[in-house]
Amino acid sequence: MSTTTTRVEESRGRVRPGGKRLVALVGRVRELGLIVVLLVIVALVGLQTPRFLTPGNFEQILLSIAILAIVAVGETMVILTRNVDLSVGSTVGMTAFVCADVLKNHPQTPVILIILLGCALGAVLGAVNGLIVALGRVPAIVATLGTLYLYRGLDSYIAGGTQVSAYDVPDSFLSLATTHILGVPALIVFAAAIALIFAYLLRATRTGRELYALGSNPEAARLAGLRAERLIFLTFLLCGLLSGFAGVLWGARFATVDSGAATGLELQVIAAVVVGGVNIFGGSGTILGAMLGAIVLGTIDNALTLLKLSQFWLQAIDGAAILAAVTLDALITRWLQHRLRGGRQR
Amino acid sequence: MEVAAPQAAVPVIELVGVSKRFGAIQALKEVDLSLYAGEVHALVGENGAGKSTLVKILAGVHRPDRGLLKINGEAVELRSPAQAQAVGIAVIHQEPTLFPDLDVAENVFMGHQPRDRLGRIDWRRMYREVEQLLQSLGVELNVYLPVRGLSVADRQLVEIARALSQDARVLIMDEPTASLSPREVEDLFTIVEQLRARQVAILFVSHRLEEVFRLASRVTVLRDGQRVITAPAQDLTPEETVRHMVGRELAALFPKEEAAVGEVVLEVRHLSRAGVFRDVSFQLRRGEILGLAGLVGAGRTEVARVLFGIDQAESGEILVDGRPVSIRSPRDAMRYGIAYVPEDRHQQGLVLDFSIARNITLSILQRVARFSLIRSRQELKIAADYAERLRVRGGRLTQPVRALSGGNQQKVVLGKWLATEPRILILDEPTRGIDIGAKAEVHRIISELAARGLAILLISSELPEILAMSDRVLVMHEGCVTGLFSRTEADQEKVMLAATGQNRQSR
Repeated sequence: MSTTTTRVEESRGRVRPGGKRLVALVGRVRELGLIVVLLVIVALVGLQTPRFLTPGNFEQILLSIAILAIVAVGETMVILTRNVDLSVGSTVGMTAFVCADVLKNHPQTPVILIILLGCALGAVLGAVNGLIVALGRVPAIVATLGTLYLYRGLDSYIAGGTQVSAYDVPDSFLSLATTHILGVPALIVFAAAIALIFAYLLRATRTGRELYALGSNPEAARLAGLRAERLIFLTFLLCGLLSGFAGVLWGARFATVDSGAATGLELQVIAAVVVGGVNIFGGSGTILGAMLGAIVLGTIDNALTLLKLSQFWLQAIDGAAILAAVTLDALITRWLQHRLRGGRQR
Repeated sequence: MEVAAPQAAVPVIELVGVSKRFGAIQALKEVDLSLYAGEVHALVGENGAGKSTLVKILAGVHRPDRGLLKINGEAVELRSPAQAQAVGIAVIHQEPTLFPDLDVAENVFMGHQPRDRLGRIDWRRMYREVEQLLQSLGVELNVYLPVRGLSVADRQLVEIARALSQDARVLIMDEPTASLSPREVEDLFTIVEQLRARQVAILFVSHRLEEVFRLASRVTVLRDGQRVITAPAQDLTPEETVRHMVGRELAALFPKEEAAVGEVVLEVRHLSRAGVFRDVSFQLRRGEILGLAGLVGAGRTEVARVLFGIDQAESGEILVDGRPVSIRSPRDAMRYGIAYVPEDRHQQGLVLDFSIARNITLSILQRVARFSLIRSRQELKIAADYAERLRVRGGRLTQPVRALSGGNQQKVVLGKWLATEPRILILDEPTRGIDIGAKAEVHRIISELAARGLAILLISSELPEILAMSDRVLVMHEGCVTGLFSRTEADQEKVMLAATGQNRQSR
């Protein structure tokens, strides 16, 4: 027996010195790559326009992506399970309008109630998505394409062509977006806190790991006894809830809200998530990555404005960044597979 | 009780009179099976004998139509794979089902990760426990590695570790050695021995008899969904076991017509494709039906795919009419007069929503079309001709194929390939899943085609079919040709022995 055991070890020789470290490194390589890309952009643009490198400008960049980042946290969880939520832009738009409209009619409503209202409305819209996808078994891309238009339509119906302006709502609401917490703009604090909390939950809870398992191999997840429908429903619910909260902040930040608010946001959100290394086919990626993706896109955005390049270039470069990220992701996956298999014969 | 219980009086798990039917096919009929702690119980049988169905019932994937499943003597009902796991049944699949993006430790503990008092996953404990688990099995596997890069053997180890982490008392291994190298098989056996020593009850499903007799203490043979025998391994020989496995009914088969066998039209010399088959040689003559027998995974379909240009051989030669040819695509193959009717009609052979006529003319569109436009009347004329010859029943030619029975669908597939006027026809399991009546008719058609001078390579897992239809029988086992018999020589036992590799020593 013992002789066979030794041979087992010899023949497999799986544990090479430094093997663990190598793997741990490549596991994080996508985030590392993004940080490198970010530093390169910062360095290049910084040389051209010194104003880019000021703390005020960095704050500006983070401020510009804070709301998007909150939605991206929810979207990341949905995409991890091999689904996608295209309706987040409409959800943000509708909650932004509804919350602002309630304040316009009842200016005395406490802000905390408005926040709860926005989260609840978002959660309901997310739950509808979740029910259609998890129970109705409609492909998420189709289901949420439907609700993208449905929610926007409802939003227009509620708005009825009206808009809420900054002077319609109390300052206490607007201050949500302008106030500072320990010297940092509240929007940035909210986004960072949400990202950290959910990143932690994804890592530390069974449910969090089950999202990865489900996206990595749905059939194996079923065999492992995971309840796929519940998990998918949960991710859509959370994505809706976070979009609802983002909607409240949207209303506070832009003050003037009509039924067209946050149109097209869903594509920016998905772009950030994908650039951040979250596999669009599920199973891998992190919230940290998605946040970096949002920061990279926000930084490019900001740099182009400072360099006084036209908006036309902005979109083209965003597109190029998405293509580069997805291609890189595919290449890294193939490389990993090759590298890990390498040298071992079947 | 017919066989003395090895260790305990009460089996860990027991099937009593279990039956399962899928549509027209009775997959299992009144099957009894018992597993005791600390025994390796082998389950053997031909393709289609019902092994997979039985495994799936134990795994909670299928539920039996009739019969009981008892665990430690108590009847239970398994409604889902999760429930089967909860009662301590774990399945090691032939192709492991794991999460490629997650590391070894997470795969082992998915769904039941160790948690601390706050309900958070205790990662350190998890990695430590997986390392200990693997160590206790005598394997060194980096628990931080993502499963994506692991070999099949290593992934099976992850599944075994997973089963142990759940305190599985019953381990079902479904053809676990099918894609392992000999050395990996040895390693796996070492582990199976250890599990046996830990009082795990193991059901070892395999058609490799040498493995069965090395490992198992008891053997159960299934045939046509019924249990033929359960006996202690030492009371059986491989030859006897094969005899129990074969012996199907020969009724309702259409024997081959006598046909003049002509010159060699297809010759294969030393054809090899790494990891799939090696050194395959044979000749196929005009008017001949060459049966290609073997168990699932023997490499028969893979040979057919190479002959039809879907895959490429790495070495060896293919000769058509005595001239070496290079077949790099199905288009090439068709040019040399080769047609291939694949096993999976739905995925590869037919467009279900197209009409009968359109399916038949799909591969000969240039004959139907003028200036790239399909002439419906021409299409219908050609289709009607073949449908008539093959006696396709069940509707007008303009009706979608979806509405036809399995047998008639198969005739449409045949019609489609006959329309290309091939000289060499490769049929892969042409009667799988169709009812007896349609089967006889498909056999008649095949026989007529041979009589008209077609050279036919008939791949089938049903021995009676092979024996009744073939002029000669070629047998493959794990990628190698292990036998070639003339019609008079061939019988079920000889072919089955070759198909299980049992005749190797005597060769």
